Amino acid sequence: MIVIEPRGDISRRMQTAIPVIAAFVALALAAVPLAFAGAPIFPAYWQMFIGVFGSVFSFTEMLTRATPLIFTGLAAALAFKARLWNIGAEGQLYLGAMGAVAVGTGLIDGPAVLMIPLVMLAGAAAGAAGMLGPAILKTRFGADEVVTSLLLNFIILIFVQMMLEGPLKDPMSMGWPQSEPILDSAALPRLMDRMRIHSGLIVALVAAVIAQIALTKTTWGFKIRAVGENAAAARHAGIGVNRTLLGVACVSGALAGLAGVSEVAGLKGYLTTDLSPGYGYSGIVVAMLAGLSPIGVVIAALYVASVFVGADSMSRAMGVSSFLADLVVSLSLISVLVGGFFARYRIKFAGKAS
Amino acid sequence: MENPVILTLDGLTKRFGAVVANDAIDLTLHQGEVLALLGENGAGKTTLMNMLFGHYTPDAGHVEIVGEDGVVSRLPAGHPQAAIDARIGMVHQHFTLAENLSALDNILLGSESLWTLRRNRRRARTKIEALMQDSGLIAPLDEKIGALSVGERQRVEILKALFHDARVLVLDEPTAVLTPQEADSLFAALRTMVTAGLSVIFISHKLHEVLAFSDRIAVLRHGKKVGELTTADADKSQIATLMVGEETALPERKACEVGSPVLELSGVTVKRENTRNSLNGVTLCVRAGEIVGVAGVSGNGQSALAQLISGLTRPDNGTIALAGDVVADPTPKGMIKARVGRIPEDRHHDGVVGTMSVAENLVLERLGEPDVQRRGFLRKAKIAEHADELIAAYDVRGPGAEARAALLSGGNIQKLILARVLEKEPLVILANQPTRGLDFGAAGEVARRLMAARKRGAGVVLISEDLDEVLSLADRIVVMHDGELIEADTRDRAAIGLLMAGQAA
Amino acid sequence: MMDLLNIFLNESFWVASLRIATPLIFGVLGALLCERAGVLNLGIEGIFVVGAMVGWMSVYAGAPLWLGVIAAAGGGALFGLFHAILTVPLGLSQHVSGLGITLFATSSASFLYRTILPDVSSPPRIKAFQPMDVPILSDIPFFGPVVFQQTAMTWLALIMVGVVWWVINRTPLGVAIQAVGDNPDAVNAQGLSVYKLRIGAVVAGSALMALGGAFLTMSAFDAFFFGMVNGRGWICIALVIFASWRPGKALLGALLFGMFDAFQVRLQTEAGAVIPSQIFLMAPYVLSIVALVFVARKAEYPRALLQPWFKGHR
Repeated sequence: MIVIEPRGDISRRMQTAIPVIAAFVALALAAVPLAFAGAPIFPAYWQMFIGVFGSVFSFTEMLTRATPLIFTGLAAALAFKARLWNIGAEGQLYLGAMGAVAVGTGLIDGPAVLMIPLVMLAGAAAGAAGMLGPAILKTRFGADEVVTSLLLNFIILIFVQMMLEGPLKDPMSMGWPQSEPILDSAALPRLMDRMRIHSGLIVALVAAVIAQIALTKTTWGFKIRAVGENAAAARHAGIGVNRTLLGVACVSGALAGLAGVSEVAGLKGYLTTDLSPGYGYSGIVVAMLAGLSPIGVVIAALYVASVFVGADSMSRAMGVSSFLADLVVSLSLISVLVGGFFARYRIKFAGKAS
Repeated sequence: MENPVILTLDGLTKRFGAVVANDAIDLTLHQGEVLALLGENGAGKTTLMNMLFGHYTPDAGHVEIVGEDGVVSRLPAGHPQAAIDARIGMVHQHFTLAENLSALDNILLGSESLWTLRRNRRRARTKIEALMQDSGLIAPLDEKIGALSVGERQRVEILKALFHDARVLVLDEPTAVLTPQEADSLFAALRTMVTAGLSVIFISHKLHEVLAFSDRIAVLRHGKKVGELTTADADKSQIATLMVGEETALPERKACEVGSPVLELSGVTVKRENTRNSLNGVTLCVRAGEIVGVAGVSGNGQSALAQLISGLTRPDNGTIALAGDVVADPTPKGMIKARVGRIPEDRHHDGVVGTMSVAENLVLERLGEPDVQRRGFLRKAKIAEHADELIAAYDVRGPGAEARAALLSGGNIQKLILARVLEKEPLVILANQPTRGLDFGAAGEVARRLMAARKRGAGVVLISEDLDEVLSLADRIVVMHDGELIEADTRDRAAIGLLMAGQAA
Repeated sequence: MMDLLNIFLNESFWVASLRIATPLIFGVLGALLCERAGVLNLGIEGIFVVGAMVGWMSVYAGAPLWLGVIAAAGGGALFGLFHAILTVPLGLSQHVSGLGITLFATSSASFLYRTILPDVSSPPRIKAFQPMDVPILSDIPFFGPVVFQQTAMTWLALIMVGVVWWVINRTPLGVAIQAVGDNPDAVNAQGLSVYKLRIGAVVAGSALMALGGAFLTMSAFDAFFFGMVNGRGWICIALVIFASWRPGKALLGALLFGMFDAFQVRLQTEAGAVIPSQIFLMAPYVLSIVALVFVARKAEYPRALLQPWFKGHR
């Protein structure tokens, strides 16, 4: 007979080991779809590996992919810490990109030291507004924010289409729905010549550090943790639960918005409807793999980016569908979830009672 | 001549991690007798009965039941269905009723195969109505449980067992939620059924009840059976000693100088969906240095009253005044600032954040203070120091200040909350069911602290289902019924019991 | 104005309404079943995709249509089982598990499709369910074509409304499901298995959800496109709350939604030049949010929803 027993506290080491094990389990499970696709297993894994670590270019590509994932991962991690289910990071990313484009494609001009912060601010504010809506609906009307933030993604995507065919359209794009390009003064500078890696990565890393400090060392972080872990007790103790939730919503949305700014002003240079291949949703996986820790988000983002870039490369080399990456990422989420169970409970196989 | 044995518990043992909740307990029940299982909170009574009924699987030992034909068989462990089939019924302390279904549906739940395509309620209804007549336990069958009173719900819970033709009925703390009169009529109904052949085990931590209504008493302490006696031969102080292991006395309430009003509720109305849970024109005055006990059965507006004083609800009508100043906009933060200390009813739900450390929980209500933070940054060293001081002063035992609060026992969590509340020497203290679920030692500690606060000049509002606790600790008694507060000018249990039921003395 | 009213008088509007409502009916019924038992199943969006892909692929591989439907339901049930195991005996976060299942199900279905059909530029088509032509009844003016010329799957959806209603309200199994979503202790104390009830409800609910997806590729359209589900699963989650977890209201909500969607499509053709088409595309999602906010305050969620229950821990 199976008996489930709660463990006492688990060690820090075990806590950090679980996502690592989960990541490996997910990668190992990828052998099943690989086999189904008829691909030779070990060469496929090798292709994935060198697809990331095989050259400076591929490595920087991975870092470039990781940049928006750090932002959306942070967005999800902070919100989830407060038990605010922000599933709308995808939409908030696009709002941030639109904010950047609205301000940074010629509305005003100035030196980079003015333009870059301005563009980031505009994007962050737009993203914040995107999560503030669902948060207000939750605190005032009790409407579940999972559904509202999720549905908002679809609305925003359609809105972006509308904007790109209308006010934001680039007259010089020959009919293609895309925005005007970001001014040079507003663009996030590249970090290396001939590579696509840009200073958005630096901003992301700084954001992670700030988030970590805020969460663990400030009263604001304390309130977030208390509200997330027991909102009733927090309310009873005089902590403003609604105020905390609204604050987290703004910060979370702002971070996701910065992901959009980073992609537009750092990487692509203009806005299109396919700016994000699901960074918002992948950010959720990143956050869970990170155990909702901001520093962990950086590492988890590198992992998820590696999976995408590696699988892309392997896919081109071996003809296996690149959906394999999505499979591995989703399996990582499930693995870390199951791993969390084993962290809290021990399973014993006890004999029948005499 | 003794009746034949109907049930034997043989060496039942149950461990939860390192804690031995039940240690090789032997017990016999005879047919047609009422056996009381007595012990303080945490002694292991409920665990033992949970093993009998199949909620828990014993680590050692077994249960034997004697069928109507006299055949002794072993009860399969770990399945409530086995107990039900063996015609053992249990009335749980926290009712196992689905509130979105009617009493009829609750009683029928599980009695028909899940694969039948239609329900057959007519026959069952007839049987239940007959049972209600015979036992005297009446409850409306077709209303949703959510609309029934606590007393009615308990009757449904009992009818569930009777419907399955229980020969053995286990009741877990049945009178905890009843008025004295309701308790009497429950035992009268049980007596009728016992005369007709039912065997009863009831769990209680109340000595007088056990002495009044049982034929035999088994006493548990710290998971072991420490005594078993016939009630007729039992001596009150002897049993009390068995229960607790040494003489205990609740702190004596000495007369105290009463000062000016610290808390005044004037004509306060709080409208809830369920009118019984609302407050209707409540007027209450608590002075410095007195304990006002709010007696009453749960569900008569106590939670609204508690939430009001805690700052979680605002009155729809009427005012609250603290030390003479009317509170314009009640919030928990505001109440804390106005020196109201609140001990919540549900420690785990409203009192502590289980996954945060003891130290963090101790500063939960003080986040803005300069001792705790500087410019938004937590002062970790100060917080740790503060925690060490309070843990020592209030004897909070556990794995340490940095351990998760959830790892503490109920009594120690309560001490944590007391520490947090009392360190600021509040003017008003709201103690909502403060000793519920605590063993005598911890309960005594809580009572002592409340007395000390009273002596210091605080005004205490003590909300308690336990009339004995109210009688021993309170200077004045008010009774809560149907959202109204009635001053009780007597200390007679029976009279207060009538007030609790809404009847004038 | 007359043009607007004309939309309502046009038969094809009502036909379209019922057709658009069909996948939602399946989805809301499925979500309702899971949530009544106490489990939130956010895997619905992915399960729709699985149903769409598996159903279609079975027919493409040569199976008869009804076998495809069964296969789709089976696929949904499989992923539902996965979600059920994670959330019921293991008691893991229902939100995270559901989202994980959606990602897993979607990527599995997409990967499978791409691997089986790697080189197609435009998605291949199957012979989908055709509108039934019921003799005599279809000839009833107006009502006839609308109701009796739907495809068999729409009929299945309508029948399932009745079936789910009957099961929940009139069978012991259904009452047990209602109970387990309110107070699992009540169910356990009567000798029933909380685990089995909840897992069963989630698996059955997920099978229904998958049928919603299958309808898209086997009835409404006849091919599988990436992104074709497009948030319908999430809309169902909002509609369940709107339906107060009742099958009758679920049907009503899905129909109203279908009417709204059919209306805005037609409005687009009338007002197309003035208002950008995207406003109309947004409308269903906006409506879902509005409906949700409207009922949220008073919504009586199943009391035990989202709360894990473990045997032996009282």
